[in-house]
Amino acid sequence: MLSRRTDLALEQDHYNRFLPWLIAFMVFLAILSVAGTFVLGGMIARWDQNMSATLTVQLPTTDQAEQDEKNVGRALKILRETPGVIEARPVTAAEISGLLEPWLGRTKVLSDLPLPRLIDVEVSPNTPLDINALAQKLRSFAPSAGIDDHRVWLDRFLRLIHTIQAVAVAVLGLIGLATVGTVIFTTRTGLAVHQEAIEVLHLIGAQDSYIARQFATRALLLALRGSLIGLALAVPTLIAVGILSSTFDTGVIPKLSLPFDQWLIIAVIPLLVALIAMVTARVTVLQSLARML
Amino acid sequence: MSYSDQALVIRFENVGLRYGLGPEVLQDITFGLEPGSFHFLLGASGAGKSSLLRLMYLAMKPSRGLISLFGRDIAVTPRRLLPEVRRRIGVVFQDFRLLNHLSAFDNVAMPLRVAGVKESEVAKNVTELLSWVGLKDHINARPPTLSGGQQQRVAIARAVIARPKLLLADEPTGNVDDKMALRLMHLFVQLNKLGTTIVIATHNETMVERMGYPCMRLEGGVLSMDRGKTVGGPAESADPSAVAASSFGRFRSSDRLS
Repeated sequence: MLSRRTDLALEQDHYNRFLPWLIAFMVFLAILSVAGTFVLGGMIARWDQNMSATLTVQLPTTDQAEQDEKNVGRALKILRETPGVIEARPVTAAEISGLLEPWLGRTKVLSDLPLPRLIDVEVSPNTPLDINALAQKLRSFAPSAGIDDHRVWLDRFLRLIHTIQAVAVAVLGLIGLATVGTVIFTTRTGLAVHQEAIEVLHLIGAQDSYIARQFATRALLLALRGSLIGLALAVPTLIAVGILSSTFDTGVIPKLSLPFDQWLIIAVIPLLVALIAMVTARVTVLQSLARML
Repeated sequence: MSYSDQALVIRFENVGLRYGLGPEVLQDITFGLEPGSFHFLLGASGAGKSSLLRLMYLAMKPSRGLISLFGRDIAVTPRRLLPEVRRRIGVVFQDFRLLNHLSAFDNVAMPLRVAGVKESEVAKNVTELLSWVGLKDHINARPPTLSGGQQQRVAIARAVIARPKLLLADEPTGNVDDKMALRLMHLFVQLNKLGTTIVIATHNETMVERMGYPCMRLEGGVLSMDRGKTVGGPAESADPSAVAASSFGRFRSSDRLS
């Protein structure tokens, strides 16, 4: 299909010199936005799993510390008897003080505050837990007990990430449109430049596909060249970002390195763009030739 | 006529042509060409010769009327089948229309390649034909480096390489001296001898008179046919090979007279 001989000598043209660079730019942006979606997708999976596997039970304190201790004990007993609960562990006063320290400082105030007693509960992600029933049981002895399953917070967070992902997909679509538009423009220029030669070929009895193939092949080669440049720029960028991100050791910033299968998908993007360019050029030429008798 | 309509190479019936909303440049053109016939197309410049040829080699549609090529009504022929029809027509354009970035060889090879002929076959036929028109030493030359006459021969070679059934030539001897004109005419006569129908638009009345083929005359967009100077000339003969033989003989004798 990639015949080395072309009647139109498109390989000598100048108007399409910029095409590989534009394609390179598009591929670079496309890869970054795809990689971004992958990273966010990984983030969702990780957090969804971690967060839905934990519950926090809050038992408000009363005046009598003895009563509080008893309530914690009863709650622990109920929790540990509930199917699906893997572990229930009371959070010690020291841990709570530790959590509040950054805001309040190391003062004696903490011990005077009526801090609620907390129980960390780890649940099996496979066994659905009836949170309401559980809360009902706890409230039988501690009326204002509460269970926080982080749902509200997680839902908001997921909504944000899904929005960002949607934006990334939209960006990808725009990149695709811009690529198609660029190839159409370039191909039309080529058609105008070679109008006379095309008419001769047409009158000699060339099928439309014979002429279109020359433009499609040219577009494929130019786009492939640009795509490889784009890939060559994007991969080091992703690796650099990955290395930089790994130097942060906090839970907030997700791991930015990608698994192998996602790298494969990224490697397919340049080929896909080149293919789009080829098909676009072909369709453009066929549409234009259809206007001739 | 001794041929049925089906056998006509080309048939025009009440064909009219206008560009945009302008007046008709061709009016009620009606004629048919039999296989193996040879016609000159005469007319003052602006009489519509080139327009008529453009209709004949399917560069455009008529504004009205019927055009049929090789028994096929062009108006109802699907577009995808037209390349097949065009491959049976060889055209020598007035301005040659050679592709300047291609060698003489590649220019002549184009009709064969377009038709998907094998490259070994292409090389053999093209080399042979270019030698035959005296361009053996210019096979790899690009048209801009060739003289007008040489370019003309490349253009003619491209028109005949695929052995067309119909050859249309627009002023093929326009810019060359009389001697060269006769040599090129000789080539067309040879082709006609092999059965190709030929229409040549020209201004050169002396050559037309000398060769004695029937003429199609265009005047103000109206076509009239005349039979040429000799009674019993080519167009009246029913047998194409007889036509070719007799016309070839007459051409040779008139050639000697000059």
